[in-house]
Amino acid sequence: MNFNTDKPIYLQIADVISDRILSGELKGGDRIPSVREYGADIGVNPNTMMRSYEKLTADGIIFNKRGIGYFVADDARDTVLAAQRKEFLEKDVPAILQRMRLLGLDSTIFEGE
Amino acid sequence: MIDISNLGFSYGPKSVLKNISLKASEGNIYGLLGENGVGKTTLLTLLCGLKKPLEGSITVDGRNPFNREPSLLSDQFYLADEVTPVHAKAMSFAKEHGVFWPKFDLDKFFTILSELEVAADQRMDAMSAGQLKKTWIAFALACNAKYYYMDEPTNGLDIPSKAQFRKAVTKYTSEDSTLIISTHQVRDLENIIDPIIILDNQEVLVNATMEEISRKLFFDYGSELKADALYLEQTPGGCIQVYPNVTGEESKVNVEAFFNTVHAHKDVIKAMFNL
Repeated sequence: MNFNTDKPIYLQIADVISDRILSGELKGGDRIPSVREYGADIGVNPNTMMRSYEKLTADGIIFNKRGIGYFVADDARDTVLAAQRKEFLEKDVPAILQRMRLLGLDSTIFEGE
Repeated sequence: MIDISNLGFSYGPKSVLKNISLKASEGNIYGLLGENGVGKTTLLTLLCGLKKPLEGSITVDGRNPFNREPSLLSDQFYLADEVTPVHAKAMSFAKEHGVFWPKFDLDKFFTILSELEVAADQRMDAMSAGQLKKTWIAFALACNAKYYYMDEPTNGLDIPSKAQFRKAVTKYTSEDSTLIISTHQVRDLENIIDPIIILDNQEVLVNATMEEISRKLFFDYGSELKADALYLEQTPGGCIQVYPNVTGEESKVNVEAFFNTVHAHKDVIKAMFNL
């Protein structure tokens, strides 16, 4: 789910890769395409792709084996899960609550789920 | 490395470029933007050596393009806005003209041509404008040049080809190549151009990476109006506002809104981007 499509493109790409890790499509140790390959696949400037990879590397989600390429970290799924739960609670939940107040809804809407 | 220093050019008494200084480094796809008539095409033709600077200088890896040394000519490609409907089949044209670029790759030409859905045995002078443009794009990329100067490359392309073009410029150019793409079709190329160069009447207003732009300006897509907005544009989903980035939070750069902001506040922007 994407609540904020106004994020910088490089963060949106990082989110897509994170979601693929969450869903299990990408697993720890999997190789991911090079910056230029991935950029060509989605029609994005290599500089933008590089920033996505740098962000994911800094967050410990992927890592670079020099001269070989980028790989998904073994504990990537846990890292993504923790980060996304935090983001959900801090950003998405307040937005949902604000919207619910605006629409006159309360938590009883979740009870039937 | 392209180094333009105090470049000046005029057509007779009509001055087009004046005191232009600009550096373009390897491995980047520059977007050259500017209103009609500010000299984008003139700048590209000066860069590839078709015209001689009247003032100042241009060097490409230390060489003056107007000297037209074979070593530089075989490492650059100028893709004009209006391309020639050559009196030959696409494949024969490629075979005959590819020899001028030592790194030309005929297989690559066929691959790109088929990705762009143009038949290689078609005569170029019998093609539609879009097919002809695609043939030239395929030929250009197959030349494996280091420097590409492209003037409105997406003009005349159909919708699927625009996406193919975006992919092809990354897929089929090498990591150390430099592309300078002039365009009015900002939406076609928004995700592929970075840095952005904005040329105005006789000056460069901005030469900045997307990262730098999003660091200095905030693009707000919300509906709450901000008093310090430099630029405001109504959109179907609310509006786009552009204002100085004071929080450090990053936003998605909208190149059209950026261009309009720059034009409305030239001095503010020039000071902001240290030009």
